[in-house]
Amino acid sequence: MSKDQYLIEKNGNKYEVVIGLEVHAQVLSDSKLFSTSATKFGSEPNTQVSLVDAAFPGMLPVINEYCIKQAVKTGIGLNAKIHKKSIFDRKNYFYADLPQGYQISQYKDPIVGEGNVILDLPSGPKNIGIERLHLEQDAGKSIHDIDPGSTLVDLNRSGVALMEIVSKPDLRSPEEVNFYIKKLRSIMRYLGTCDGNMQEGSLRADVNVSVRKIGEDKLGTRCEIKNVNSIKFMQMAIEFEANRQVELIEEGGKIDQETRLFDTKKNETRSMRSKEDAHDYRYFPDPDLLPLEFDDDFIENIKKEIPELPDQKKNRFIEQFKLSPYEATILVSDLDTSKYFEKVIENSDVKLSANWITGELFALLNEKNLEISQSPIGPQNLSKLLNLISDGTISGKIAKTVFEIMSNDDKDPNIIVKEKGLKQESDPKALEALIQKVLSSNEDKVKEYKSGKDKLFSFFVGQAMKESKGKGNPQLINKILKEKLNG
Amino acid sequence: MSNIIDLSLNELVDKVKSKKISSKEITSAYVERSKKSNKLNTYIEQTFDNALKNSEKFDKSPNLEKKLPGIPFAVKDLFCTKGVRTTASSKILEKFIPTYESTITQNLWDAGAILLGKLNCDEFAMGSSNETSYFGNVTSPIADNLVPGGSSGGSASALAAKLTPATIGTDTGGSIRQPASFTGTVGLKPTYGSCSRYGIVAFASSLDQAGPMTRNVKDCSLLLEVISSFDPKDSTSVNFKRPNYYSELNKNIKGKKIGIPKEYRVDGMPTEIDELWEKGKEFLKDCGAEIVDISLPHTNYALPTYYIVAPAEASSNLARYDGVKYGFRAEGENLIDMYEKTRSQGFGEEVKRRIMIGTYVLSSGYYDAYYLKAQKVRKLIKNDFDEVFKKVDAILTPSTPSSAFKLGEKSNDPVSMYLNDIFTVPVNLAGLPGISIPAGLDKNNYPLGLQIIGKPFNEQNILNIAYSMEEKINFKLNINDWWIK
Repeated sequence: MSKDQYLIEKNGNKYEVVIGLEVHAQVLSDSKLFSTSATKFGSEPNTQVSLVDAAFPGMLPVINEYCIKQAVKTGIGLNAKIHKKSIFDRKNYFYADLPQGYQISQYKDPIVGEGNVILDLPSGPKNIGIERLHLEQDAGKSIHDIDPGSTLVDLNRSGVALMEIVSKPDLRSPEEVNFYIKKLRSIMRYLGTCDGNMQEGSLRADVNVSVRKIGEDKLGTRCEIKNVNSIKFMQMAIEFEANRQVELIEEGGKIDQETRLFDTKKNETRSMRSKEDAHDYRYFPDPDLLPLEFDDDFIENIKKEIPELPDQKKNRFIEQFKLSPYEATILVSDLDTSKYFEKVIENSDVKLSANWITGELFALLNEKNLEISQSPIGPQNLSKLLNLISDGTISGKIAKTVFEIMSNDDKDPNIIVKEKGLKQESDPKALEALIQKVLSSNEDKVKEYKSGKDKLFSFFVGQAMKESKGKGNPQLINKILKEKLNG
Repeated sequence: MSNIIDLSLNELVDKVKSKKISSKEITSAYVERSKKSNKLNTYIEQTFDNALKNSEKFDKSPNLEKKLPGIPFAVKDLFCTKGVRTTASSKILEKFIPTYESTITQNLWDAGAILLGKLNCDEFAMGSSNETSYFGNVTSPIADNLVPGGSSGGSASALAAKLTPATIGTDTGGSIRQPASFTGTVGLKPTYGSCSRYGIVAFASSLDQAGPMTRNVKDCSLLLEVISSFDPKDSTSVNFKRPNYYSELNKNIKGKKIGIPKEYRVDGMPTEIDELWEKGKEFLKDCGAEIVDISLPHTNYALPTYYIVAPAEASSNLARYDGVKYGFRAEGENLIDMYEKTRSQGFGEEVKRRIMIGTYVLSSGYYDAYYLKAQKVRKLIKNDFDEVFKKVDAILTPSTPSSAFKLGEKSNDPVSMYLNDIFTVPVNLAGLPGISIPAGLDKNNYPLGLQIIGKPFNEQNILNIAYSMEEKINFKLNINDWWIK
């Protein structure tokens, strides 16, 4: 048991939190799961709706093969068992934004079975089991706040393909949930099967939370928190819900299995419906669709399209570039970051590149709240900047100044250095002259140094740098100073 | 020349092709007769003016290569027709006008046919007497107190009354074959997957199949050839090599083995039907076929199985009629209230009964005992046929356990109504092709039919057998136009 385990303590009793996630990931596909309508986000309401999506009489679903491939691809990325035969079922319920009166989903026979995801936790790797992945249709959207007298329905999302990825109850803290979602998203972005954009609703999750006293084997009664659409909210919801459950148990109460809603404004979960009120969805195989079957060749062909995934890439970075596991983990966590890194190191030093990307660049992006794909400094120019450091044209310190200038307009650093005259002074004669000047004007300090006050060395370095207007090559200044003072 | 309306479909086609008769003449004849036949209540929507216009258009530049050149057709109101109201005989779709065309009707128009109008049927095809229609019951042209059968009752009645040269129906548990049997006409339910379900208002998706209803077997083969097609828009459509049913139709059934299932001899069946069945066997022998006694041991379970599977699928298929998007809407205080009022007022009794049965058998706690078990039994029923078809080429049975019953006779007794389907539902459950042909009359001079069941996708075989028997039976439908006088 690690010492930084996430526990909730009440009345001296320690509780462990058990979390399982049902992630709804929108399949990256131009058209819907059972129709040819477009799936573009942010289009005018009801402009991407076919007769099938609106469930007109006599309309029939036809499986979009591309979505099937995407699901299989994701399954492979999750190291999961691919089921060559799966079945689409109807999940029956009435709602205004569910035109068919049922959602086509997969119930008993999903397309993907058990798999796993490895989390790179600060405390070390942790394996999270995947229970299954199944395909289903998204519903439309009910809009209650435009017209005060009525509810409006937008069916653009109706029929869009979703992958529901169900984890085993292997997660133990809000922090692990954060790592899990990010890893899942990273894998799907690598695969190109889901853009993982949580703002646009491409990735949502139902969160199952239960608590149990440390040492208990049996799982506690769980509550399901529906449709949470950001990692932060998931973490807040778990924290609230776990504490609520612990308090209830400590007061002698019993947890009811129920579905709850997370109120993001009040930061609390609220009961939505109890187990008794749970919908009876009357699942049965959709008679409009035959069982989905494919052969080994179908899977093998998809395997050929699988790119290098984060875990493999991380291992390669460690072996090939001698990066630390920590650096490698950060650089592969996002596909665009890894691409950026690999672009930079085409022409630049690996270690320097890793340091600058995870240091200066990340700080810049963080500050400007940008994704790396929107970085104001492109990989080519960063590479050029790093090469100016490597070949001694500028110092690391000057490089930071240049970097700051680049962050405004992605200008070629060579030009900046030239225009601003920032080139490092590496001529030993010139440096010797200015060092001599420093020593001459500080004779008393030189005496002190020579009588044993070693600490004054950095004073001379500083003075020399100042004299060079910051452009002096620090290594050379050091070297010459040492010769002069010690020689 | 005989009266236009007395000519069969294939005769009309020949006459148009040989330019002896125009589309306008045919269309006018049917429009005129249809207009005089409102008493039968066969039409829900009449598109006569358009039909006449279209026939003139056809005659201006007739394409005589078409299989149904300028031939007018009235069709069951379960087929969605672009720009023409399609109601499924339900209040909930009373004013629904599709913006799209069903594949089956599109195939008709592509073959040169012209729409005359939409024909009455049981609401959402749920019924065996055409008495569940929101637009009122259909009367059989056989007698003024008789049901035409159902659910394709309007189609059968219009066909027998010569208001259309031929027509199409849909058959989920016998909805083509039973009314054909009741009205002395020919009705074929094709193998599941032969005819596209795209654009047909769904009743029970795993059972629904459209098929031809005609005056004789030859017409039936011609019409099947037109409507049967592979359709990528229907995932259950099967892509097989479709024969030219019409040109390949022949009477050579020498050596064919025809099975007689002992389980179809049910208690209380009128002796006339038994006698008819015997006569059928003799005719087949005369044609050189061999009669083989067979057993389909799970036949008894077919009806209960059907009345679980079909309502289950229907309960889900009809969920879309909720007042939100199209069709009838009753105002409500909130969403749930609107749903309840819309569906309570929009659906008729029989439809509601089946939605409730279907909802019940799919409910958690009952699913295994009903729906799942029914699916298992369905497999056994199919296996029965698979086994038998190792020994025989086709099966001969009566089409129905009785002749047409009186209007109102069974409308308050759903179980007795359901029992009418005992010979037809096993064919739907097994997905097989079955054809009903008129074979004789009962003591009241009401028509009786025989059913020939074939192997999957072997419609040609049962058409050929029916064609051979038809000649021997030499059935004449005597209808005295009582509703016109």
